[in-house]
Amino acid sequence: MSPALIALVIHFGLLSLLAFGGAGALTPEIHRVVVDQQGWLTERQFLDYFAIAQAAPGPNVLFITLIGWHVDGVTGALAATMAMCLPGAAFTWVVAGLWQRFRDHPWRQRIQQGIAPLTVGLVCCTAWVMIGLADHHWFAVVLTLAAALVSWRTRFNPLWLLAVGAALGAAGYV
Amino acid sequence: MSQPSPPLKPPTLFDLFIAFQTCALHAFGGVLPFARRELVEKRGWLTEQEFTETLGLCQFLPGPNISNLSIAVGKRFGGLKGATAAFIGLYGISIVIVLGLAMIYGHYGKVPALQGALNGIAAVAAGLILSMALKMALPQLKQRRWLPPLFMALTFIAIGLLRLPLLWALPLLAAGSIWLAGKSS
Repeated sequence: MSPALIALVIHFGLLSLLAFGGAGALTPEIHRVVVDQQGWLTERQFLDYFAIAQAAPGPNVLFITLIGWHVDGVTGALAATMAMCLPGAAFTWVVAGLWQRFRDHPWRQRIQQGIAPLTVGLVCCTAWVMIGLADHHWFAVVLTLAAALVSWRTRFNPLWLLAVGAALGAAGYV
Repeated sequence: MSQPSPPLKPPTLFDLFIAFQTCALHAFGGVLPFARRELVEKRGWLTEQEFTETLGLCQFLPGPNISNLSIAVGKRFGGLKGATAAFIGLYGISIVIVLGLAMIYGHYGKVPALQGALNGIAAVAAGLILSMALKMALPQLKQRRWLPPLFMALTFIAIGLLRLPLLWALPLLAAGSIWLAGKSS
C-alpha cells in the first residue's frame, strides 16, 4: 500500500463513523479532502467519477471505490470500500439485537430525534456541493431542476433520467 | 417486541448472496427501494415492520445503510457466514462493473461525447440528490418545532457553506442536537 492509500484508508475509516444518512452524505467532506486538501484528484476527475458511480448499478459507496482506484488501482479500490463499510458493519453486527430491545427507551428516542436533522442537513450539503460542481452551463442547471422536479413529484425510475441526461450530454447540450 | 415470523423456507447462504446481488444489479440511484422489494415482497424473509425497524437501525448506525442492512439480514439468517455472503453479494458484482466503467473512462475519457455524457449524468444526479434533500427536509420543517430546522440549517452552514472538517464539526452538532432534543421533550 502506498502512503497516499494508507492516509486515505485511515481518513475514510474515521469518516465512515460519521456517515449518518449514507455514504452520499460524505461527498462534500470527501471533496474537501481529496481535491482541496490533498490534490489527489482534479475537480474534473472528481465530477467524472461521481457521474460514473451514478451510472453504475449498486450502492452509492461505489464513488469511494473509484477514488480508491484512482489513488492506488484495484488494491486502492478494495481498501477504500472496506474502509467505508467495515466499521459500520462491525457496529451493526454487535448492535443488531440490542436495538430492538431498547425500542421504547427514552435515550434511543432522544438520540434518533437529535440525529435526524443532521442527516437531512448533510444531504442538503451534498446537493449544494454537487450542484456547484455539475452546473457550469445554463442547460445543466435546467437539467438539474427538471430531474429534481420529476423525481420529487413522480415515481419515475431514476435510471431513465440519468439516461436522458447522458444522451443530451453526449449530443453536446450540456 | 415483535415476534419474528420465520420465513417458510430459511434462506441458504447462496440465497442471501443472490438476493443482495439482485438488489445491487437493479439499483440505480439507491439500493434501498430494491432491497424492500426483494426481501419483503418477493422473498418474504422480513415483514414490512421488521424491514422498517431493521432499516431504522442501519440508517442510524455509521456507514452505508445498505451494507449495514446486508450484515443485519445476513446475520439473522446465517450468522457470520450469512453476513459475509450477503455483503459479498452486494459489493462483488458492483465493484467489478464500476471498475470496468472506470477503465473505459481511463481510455476514452477525453472523447468529447463521453465527456458530455458524464456532464449530463452529473447534472441529473445533482437533481436527484436535490429532490431527496427536499423529500427529507419537508417532514422536518412541518413539525412546527424550532429545533430540527435550526440544526438542519447549522449543519448546512457548517459543512456545506463554511466547509468545516466533518470529523469535529459533526460530533459537536450531534452532541448539541441530542442534548437539546432531550431537554425540550
